[in-house]
Amino acid sequence: MKMTAKESPDQPDAGRRHGAQGAAGARSTSSLAQRLSTYGPLIGIAVLAFLLLVWAPNSLSTFRLGNLGRYCALGLASMGIGLAWGRGGMLVLGQGVFFGLGAYAMAMHMKLEVAGPGGVPDFMMLYGDGTMPSWWEPFRSGPFTLFAIVAVPLVVSFLLGYAILKRRVKGSYFAILTQAMAVAFATLLVATIKQTGGFNGLNTFSTFFGHNLYNPEVQTNIYRLAAGLMIVFLVILWQLYRSRYGELLVATRDAEERIRFLGYDPANIKLAAFMMAAVMASIGGAMFVPIVGIVSPSNVDASASILLVAGVALGGRASLFGPALGAIAVGYGRSTLSESFPTQWTYFLGGLFIVVVLLLPGGVASLWPMLRSRLSSVQRKPSSIDVDDGLEADEPAVLA
Amino acid sequence: MTASFLGEDYLEIRNLTVDFDGFKAIDGVDITLQQGRLHFLIGPNGAGKTTLVDALTGLVSGTGAAKFRNHDILAMKSHKIVRLGIGRTFQTASVFEKLSVLQNLDIAAGVHRKARQSIFARSKVPERVEKALDTIGLEALAHQPAGILAHGQKQWLEIGMLLVQDAQLMFLDETVAGMSGGEREETGELLKRIVPDRTIVVIEHDMDFMRRYADFVTVMHTGKVLAEGTVAEVQADQRVQEVYLGMTTEEETNV
Repeated sequence: MKMTAKESPDQPDAGRRHGAQGAAGARSTSSLAQRLSTYGPLIGIAVLAFLLLVWAPNSLSTFRLGNLGRYCALGLASMGIGLAWGRGGMLVLGQGVFFGLGAYAMAMHMKLEVAGPGGVPDFMMLYGDGTMPSWWEPFRSGPFTLFAIVAVPLVVSFLLGYAILKRRVKGSYFAILTQAMAVAFATLLVATIKQTGGFNGLNTFSTFFGHNLYNPEVQTNIYRLAAGLMIVFLVILWQLYRSRYGELLVATRDAEERIRFLGYDPANIKLAAFMMAAVMASIGGAMFVPIVGIVSPSNVDASASILLVAGVALGGRASLFGPALGAIAVGYGRSTLSESFPTQWTYFLGGLFIVVVLLLPGGVASLWPMLRSRLSSVQRKPSSIDVDDGLEADEPAVLA
Repeated sequence: MTASFLGEDYLEIRNLTVDFDGFKAIDGVDITLQQGRLHFLIGPNGAGKTTLVDALTGLVSGTGAAKFRNHDILAMKSHKIVRLGIGRTFQTASVFEKLSVLQNLDIAAGVHRKARQSIFARSKVPERVEKALDTIGLEALAHQPAGILAHGQKQWLEIGMLLVQDAQLMFLDETVAGMSGGEREETGELLKRIVPDRTIVVIEHDMDFMRRYADFVTVMHTGKVLAEGTVAEVQADQRVQEVYLGMTTEEETNV
């Protein structure tokens, strides 16, 4: 018992009593701040909804609006990456696969709309013998297509995720595996020109569920649908992140082995996030097609997948808004810069990426909490989970 | 067996062996862990105490039998063992530092929740969590991130997490190591409060702590059980004195 003398014997008790008074006072003053940190994001979502759904359609040209719609479609996939990577710790480098599943499902349906009842898509006449594979047939139905856009990525991501995650594959091995998936998927598409249009992809659509795609009003409505879906999924993610599952997912990301000894199978927790991310990518892909008017292997291959991840890293992978805004910013930057510097815009993106990873590992979204904590460092109380885990250096290295 | 009149919440370990490529870290161990007693597991470094717990919680694989509630837990995966009612702590406190004390306990309470309940945010503190907070005496710090807790408080939080899991059998791996004297005493009293309706196994180096709180002691040495019994019985054992208790208390506590 020699140690007792060295350390203050009444320390635990004193700490406890002092803590009781301190926390009681802090709780009442911080309850407003706490509520703001819980529901504040909803205000942000409302502002974004106003900008995207009210301001943009009234202020932007149809061309710019189409571009914004494309960023929203990519943003949906990015938000899924934010969920899987930022919150779940799974660096998914192959989201192009799921983006492609949704995009091709939608494109097949629109292609069959052009062909008319009983018709065969034009490229099958051109490259094949004019017979349509039987698995195209169900995509004549609109409802089936919508069902497939959600169900196919769910099934595929479940099978892939189950095989990968149950085997406890993680870190860069997980990233490489998903990356390989994207490579294989694009290769498969290129190789099956008679069934999928191959390198050219699927294009020349005329209607979207019966609406003329050349009508500016229809175009605006399709944009509204894409932007609206983005808002809807922001609300869904907001709820998910504050739910018990959201806390559990972050805990799993930070200490997977510890979670096991709380009675959870970490593979199941991560699998759910992986599947959700896949569905979001697929829906984004499905919205991409009517807006852009084409989907080809280059939209879903490895580099397309990495570009998505880059946007997420720029925006802030663990934040609610970071991935969505990152996707919009990268998309906008890409369009603007490629208008002035057609070949050099990737250097800008690369440079920006380096700057963010070096100086702002939590992405641009981490600027605000950083500033706020600096401004009010004296009275700041920790009120919500700190989910930005400071982007450990081992992960972005995979991107370089 | 003598234990048959007790409740079903006891663990019967028979001929447990853990073989690391020919090196037997655990060599044919028989131990029965009974409900309602603070069972101390002591022994010099390398005796196999932690390996024994690792084998019983699915971290390393062992042969033999370990029966708990009619399940052979040696064949089960870690998270299934936890769901059966067996929990453990680790030598280094491993709470989720960024989550609050409350969130830590809430996550531990998740074993009792159905998956679909977890898509909602926590609307109120579950009763189980509230009770555990009270038992471990951290109510005042409930909303603080676990990272700011003192070392001893983190270990209490770990014990609290086992309480909300409703672990009937707890393995505490060197819980009081590094604690101040006052903290040790509080920990001992905490264990005495919670032990009546469960089984608690404490791996320990602190002989003072052991003498004060142990109901039953198992001494391990080179992967085998050297002696078992009450503190007095074990202390009187010649072999135990030779391998372990022969050392002075000062040497041990300062490890």
